Amino acid sequence: MGSMKLKRAVGALATAVLGGWLSVASAVGDMPGGPKFNGLNLQDPATQIAADQHWIHWFLIWICAAIFIAVFGVMFYSIWRHRKSKGHQSASFHESTAVEIAWTIVPFIIVVAMAIPATRMVVEQKDTSNADLTIKATGYQWKWGYDYLKGPGEGISFLSTLSTPREQIEGRAEKSVTYLMEVDNPVVVPVNQKVRVVLTANDVIHSWMVPAFGVKQDAIPGFVRDTWFRAEKIGVFRGQCAELCGKDHAFMPIVVDVRSQEDYAKWVDEQKKAMLAKLDDPNKVWEQAELQARGEKVYQANCVACHQANGKGVPPAFPALDGSKMVLGPQDAQIALVLDGKQGTAMASYKQLSDVELAAVLTYTRTAWGNKADDGLVQPAEVKAARK
Amino acid sequence: MSAVLDQHGGHHGDHAHDHAHDHPTGWRRWLFATNHKDIGTLYLWFSFAMFFVGGINALLLRTELFQPGLQVMQPEFFNQLTTMHGLIMVFGAIMPAFVGFANWQIPMMIGAGDMAFARMNNLSFWLLPPAALLLVVSYFVPGGATAAGWTLYAPLSIQMGPGMDLAIFAVHILGASSIMGSINIITTILNMRAPGMSLMKMPMFAWTWLITAYLLIAVMPVLAGAITMLLTDRHFGTAFFNAAAGGDPVMYQHIFWFFGHPEVYIMILPAFGIVSEIIPAFARKRLFGYSSMVYATASIAILSFIVWAHHMFTTGMPVTGQLFFMYATMLIAVPTGVKIFNWVATMWRGSMTFETPMLFAIGFIFVFTMGGFTGVILAVAPLDIQLHDTYYVVAHFHYVLVAGSLFALFAGAYFWLPKWTGHMYDEKLGKWHFWASLITFNITFFPMHFLGLAGMPRRYADYPMQFADFNAFITIGAFGFGLSQLIFVWAVVKCIKGGEKAADKPWEGAEGLEWTLPSPVPWHTFETPPVVK
Repeated sequence: MGSMKLKRAVGALATAVLGGWLSVASAVGDMPGGPKFNGLNLQDPATQIAADQHWIHWFLIWICAAIFIAVFGVMFYSIWRHRKSKGHQSASFHESTAVEIAWTIVPFIIVVAMAIPATRMVVEQKDTSNADLTIKATGYQWKWGYDYLKGPGEGISFLSTLSTPREQIEGRAEKSVTYLMEVDNPVVVPVNQKVRVVLTANDVIHSWMVPAFGVKQDAIPGFVRDTWFRAEKIGVFRGQCAELCGKDHAFMPIVVDVRSQEDYAKWVDEQKKAMLAKLDDPNKVWEQAELQARGEKVYQANCVACHQANGKGVPPAFPALDGSKMVLGPQDAQIALVLDGKQGTAMASYKQLSDVELAAVLTYTRTAWGNKADDGLVQPAEVKAARK
Repeated sequence: MSAVLDQHGGHHGDHAHDHAHDHPTGWRRWLFATNHKDIGTLYLWFSFAMFFVGGINALLLRTELFQPGLQVMQPEFFNQLTTMHGLIMVFGAIMPAFVGFANWQIPMMIGAGDMAFARMNNLSFWLLPPAALLLVVSYFVPGGATAAGWTLYAPLSIQMGPGMDLAIFAVHILGASSIMGSINIITTILNMRAPGMSLMKMPMFAWTWLITAYLLIAVMPVLAGAITMLLTDRHFGTAFFNAAAGGDPVMYQHIFWFFGHPEVYIMILPAFGIVSEIIPAFARKRLFGYSSMVYATASIAILSFIVWAHHMFTTGMPVTGQLFFMYATMLIAVPTGVKIFNWVATMWRGSMTFETPMLFAIGFIFVFTMGGFTGVILAVAPLDIQLHDTYYVVAHFHYVLVAGSLFALFAGAYFWLPKWTGHMYDEKLGKWHFWASLITFNITFFPMHFLGLAGMPRRYADYPMQFADFNAFITIGAFGFGLSQLIFVWAVVKCIKGGEKAADKPWEGAEGLEWTLPSPVPWHTFETPPVVK
């Protein structure tokens, strides 16, 4: 009876300690195109390169396991047999040139055996020539920007931001199966086509990683690097930023949507039409309320991570906009700041936003919170003029 | 103390009393310390304190990672914790701990009276507390401590607040201290060996430290250069790492890792030395392959200078660069393998007993080797593309730094505590400490391999749900590992306060000059140099 009581007590304790996370974690399963639930190995490959990585990983694991068994077999046998407590007398040998040469040469041969398939793989991974589609990925604190440079879809350009709601991160809502690995605008690519990704960054170093493709490449500000993949499966594949890039490093995922050739062509058409439709007439004179409403949306998408929803920022790295001299000062200076960014700080150039978007967000910052600039209204035409 | 007086009495008769006035007492004894043993003690207590500070950082960040979502802190603070955990453990705990061992042991093991430069020795220690203070204070300046990772990569480190400048100054001071310590160790070893002790008769611990000291002198100035460039980029308008003005952020990584990879061996070579002293002592059999041990150590040191860019495979190197650094890195497995085979061969057909130092030494070989395997796997560049900057790397370097360096430090501490304090430590506490550490260590760090393979990036304050179970498990293990270290505190304090009187040579199979000295060691280590035949 005593043991039953003990078992029950231990069970209750375990539930109390582990219950909190078991209940949330086991409710979700594998993430489609992302990590498996409690996964033990590399993610399922969707490219030849990732499949090769699986192969070489197993190849290395087996070699290591064989060495492990050989070396520790000997060691634990010795620990078991050659004990003083069993009356074992110590031998007196302490060197053997032949043995020592042998166990220098054998590991060397093993290392060479490992290097041969690895060499072939390095050459393949680095071969970015003859791509069907070239996409530029730009790392920002903390989102990715994509520009379709060459191939079908040329000219398409968008930003890709984490779409997991704040409530889930802060524990006020149930976390979804794609928690932290979902974005508003995924990169769309055609299946079985060689996609070259050209990478750079705007502020600090980021790293573009998609485990299912076997791809990870740093995005370095001021420099261009490239990598490639040829997805062999249709579906959505997910990755995250892999180089520490500041506070929201964990919150700038990468989502690649691989579609059939026809679906990809359809997507390109839709994007082109949407881009035309989205073009606002920059010469239209806007009402203040209209711009403010639009500006708040632009602010939420682009500015809020640093300057915060209440405009107070996170000084000293991310200054407050509420009460800021720059925001309440002359319009020209503020327009120039958002167009050019500020060297040496996290303030990036936002010239990729449209004139209307920029005018809207400027109007918003000049009139939101406690700010009441005398010339609060910034017209898109003024931004357009300043671009020259 | 009685041992001290006895010895002095024997040699000097009535002068024993006068002699006691020669060295200061109370706080002056420590502030003005010039005796290698006092300075060694200071180093060891300092590193021990920093080990707990760094450990608290680790437990705080593990608390945040217990569950997905942000519960107890914001990512800004999380990043400060990961950064400071690394800086404090590397520069505040592991490195000074080995210098403490060098101070205590090298003069005793080579038959010298003291370290060569006693006053510089004092300075090199007393530089450490101000540096530690700068690091800890940096949490309280505007913007908090630096959050750029212990590698302080530009341009992220350029964005940081004043906490970054404090870290730069702290690392400068720590580097200066290391260089002074190294000069002292090299001079002592090369000039003050007992008559008859040729280089190839030196204890392995002295050999590994000699090589380590050269590594330190070679690379600490490189680190100083890198962080000075950061400092001038931050404040004086230079643009070493700013592409917009002709600089290159990746150049920082090259310079940093030219320091950083030898640094890895700086933290492990003395550990090899300690283990090479302990295994023969408890196997009651001479170290197998002494000269190949020396050559292997030297080859590892030389190779360590030509492998740095394996930390940078994902920066986008040309094919030839990747291949060169992959081959060079894989080659390191050869001399490292030789060392492991030599230790196993030393144990083979010995007459082994398993006191705590031996347990930690065997634990070291077992767990360090697993870190070696993952090291070879990471060296394979095409696979490293998957594993770089994931938890796999975190698992790898904790297997070599915690189960490697730290376990060797524990082994050495239990091995030499009887010599230092004159008392035997409590064997039962030692064994508890070993088994608790070994088990909780593996609970903490083994699942990180799985997380890394599955793609969880490191330095993440929050993670997808699929990683939740392993992370909860790891956090529980981490707290277990942290608590296990309290057993060590208990064992050390108990040993200092009293315990069974230690014989001059408490270990049956131990060899070396330190065991010819009384326990505890008298104030002057060797009044007349011993002769080695």
